Amino acid sequence: MISLAGRDILHSWGKFVFTGVGLGLLIGVTLTMAGVYRGMVADARALLDNSGADLWVVQQDTLGPYAESSSIPDDSYRALLTLPGVASAANVTYLTMQVERGQTDVRVMVVGLANGDPSTSGWPPYLIAGRHITRGHYEAVADISSGFALGEHITIRRHQYTVVGLTRRMVSSAGDPMVFIPLKDAQQAQFLKDNDAIWQNRRRTLANPALNPPGAPRLAEAVLASQSTNTYVNAALVTLAPGHDANAVASDIRRWKRLTAYTREQMEGILIGKLIASSARQIAMFLVILATVSAAIVAFIIYTLTLDKIREIAVLKLIGTRNRTIAAMILQQALALGLTGFVVGKITATFAAPLFPKYVLLMPMDTVRALVAVVIICVLASVSAIRMALKVDPAEAIGG
Amino acid sequence: MSAPALRRRAFVLTAALVPVLALFVYVAVNSGPMAPVIVTLAQAEARTITPSLFGIATVEARHSYRIGPTAAGRLESLFVDVGDAVAAGQHLGAMAPVDLGERAQALEAAIQRGAAGVQEAEARHSQADDRARRYRRLFELGSISEEQATAARDDLRAATAALTAAQAGLASNQADREALTALQDHLKLVAPAAGLVVARHADPGTTLVAGEAVVEVVDTGSLWLNARFDQRGSAPLASGQKVNIELRSRGKQSVTGKVLWVEPVADTVTEETRAKILFDPLPAPLPAIGELAEVTVSLPVQSAVVAVPNSAIHRQNGVTGVWKITGRSHEFVPITLGVSGLDGWVEVVAGVAENDLVVHYSEAQVSAGRRLKVVDSLEKTAP
Repeated sequence: MISLAGRDILHSWGKFVFTGVGLGLLIGVTLTMAGVYRGMVADARALLDNSGADLWVVQQDTLGPYAESSSIPDDSYRALLTLPGVASAANVTYLTMQVERGQTDVRVMVVGLANGDPSTSGWPPYLIAGRHITRGHYEAVADISSGFALGEHITIRRHQYTVVGLTRRMVSSAGDPMVFIPLKDAQQAQFLKDNDAIWQNRRRTLANPALNPPGAPRLAEAVLASQSTNTYVNAALVTLAPGHDANAVASDIRRWKRLTAYTREQMEGILIGKLIASSARQIAMFLVILATVSAAIVAFIIYTLTLDKIREIAVLKLIGTRNRTIAAMILQQALALGLTGFVVGKITATFAAPLFPKYVLLMPMDTVRALVAVVIICVLASVSAIRMALKVDPAEAIGG
Repeated sequence: MSAPALRRRAFVLTAALVPVLALFVYVAVNSGPMAPVIVTLAQAEARTITPSLFGIATVEARHSYRIGPTAAGRLESLFVDVGDAVAAGQHLGAMAPVDLGERAQALEAAIQRGAAGVQEAEARHSQADDRARRYRRLFELGSISEEQATAARDDLRAATAALTAAQAGLASNQADREALTALQDHLKLVAPAAGLVVARHADPGTTLVAGEAVVEVVDTGSLWLNARFDQRGSAPLASGQKVNIELRSRGKQSVTGKVLWVEPVADTVTEETRAKILFDPLPAPLPAIGELAEVTVSLPVQSAVVAVPNSAIHRQNGVTGVWKITGRSHEFVPITLGVSGLDGWVEVVAGVAENDLVVHYSEAQVSAGRRLKVVDSLEKTAP
């Protein structure tokens, strides 16, 4: 049996291939857009995964430490450790800031790590080069996307840090690469201002008669000393002992420690439902528009392809070809075009994904959904083309 | 179009389609969550670990003197400035005496008056004594009445009392003057020991309260480091251990020192153990007091222990361990950690044996179900 669709494709293969590739690029963009959305969600999840915590303990009634600022005294973790069900508790600080890098600067999230071994909560779970922090000060592990190299010296606020390790996919919910530094340095970085600010602050304090009264010369010194210390952290990461319910321990912490505790599910809800909600909806909206436009373009392409061979269809009808054969030809061509576009789209999306500045995650299930959508759109798009083909008067083959 | 031409075209199109489909399959399998985790491997080695403790310190003077008045007053003179070397006992300046000079003059006059008073009392006493003796003899001869003799004796007693009072008044004034002299000496600001002036807080004319420092003098020979170490792992810290000191002003040019003592009281707020470290020898030029320094204390060497790089240590469900490679599969093995060196190698007390292969670097989190792809390096600049 002769495949009419195949014959027609072979006949005008140039047009078919280029249309297929063009459609493929469109599908590729749609897939990438879905990947951008998935990437945002994955970034938010990566932030939670990488912290390795079961519970996030933050300042009372705040959505910290990621969605809102939170500060708790850095000795709160000792009180948390006394609660039943708490296996470990580690302080952590998060601070998004610009870090100088030669003439330019890089936007990063500086994470303060509690002193311990690499299995402590908050530490990067894997590295791709170098080593973990071994000194209690002035060492850093950076995400590779920050562009920092091993051995490089970076300046964070007042101190220089040596990059001793590199990791990957450690990003904030906004996609900023993380730089891990020891907690005490991070507390300083978060609190200590630049030198000019410190000088100005000292002058302000000394000029304030309430803080620098005549007759009590040591008071101003004490006030200045207290101004340049920081005993606060943003959150405590708690891991649970086996067999304990996260919700029960969280409610214990809320009730007795007067702090707010979030479980993994709640934290995910905050990050995905609140922090990235509007940007995710924006992407989703764009994705819907792109998918609609793609569907319209597929329909239009198939319609015009059919329109181009209206005379041939009329001839086919004239020689007595059955309607079903003509319909099958158009449908097969539409599907072939759609599948070619899908394959090209998937390949381009995969190779284009790493070029994006933020993480683009192409999920296999999204690809399957895209395939089903492409098939459905092709079938629907071919309906109007088939209707037109069937209405063709065989006389047009010899007329016109 | 002829049939052979169509066949040729079909062949060409198929030939072009096959690599595209192959690429598609490759892409589908090797991207996203289905892709294998790219890892590098490390071998557990028997090696020598040099554990070290890293801390930060500030340069301080062991002996520092804040010199100022003991009573409120105004600074009259100050002869030294920051950077001046001073000797023990050197007169550095003085507080304004206010009316101390006038009071001294008044006391001087009072002393002279007292001395005259004593002379007068002595003369009166001598006169009364002579009279009393003469009247006693005359009374014994019966030339005068008993009443007259008794009156003369009473006069002598009164003169003796007046003399004692005058002498006591003089002594009191003299003591007052000595006290005033001591007070005047006290207004002088004197260096209690030899050293260097590091701060000058006030200039002449400034009013100061009691105890406020005018100048600060430190003993430059007694510079030491006030070092802080995280309490975790600080147990082996002991006096006498060698210390490598990197002063912030000198970059990588390190100087040496030794632990003088470990403070018996640790900081409860910062959770740090404190220690004092002596320069050995004292660097020249002297570092600024208050300068930040990084100190690395070398602890006893642990030789021939099984160790893995700390980047190979992972956490899985709250358990610390490594991903051990056995044949073509990998499994998570819990480990017990021992000492660790600053170079990133950690002793493994239990869990892995020498020459065991473990996952070192990985491009994503390794899990039991995911395939691994082993490569030599994940990053070109990796050491």
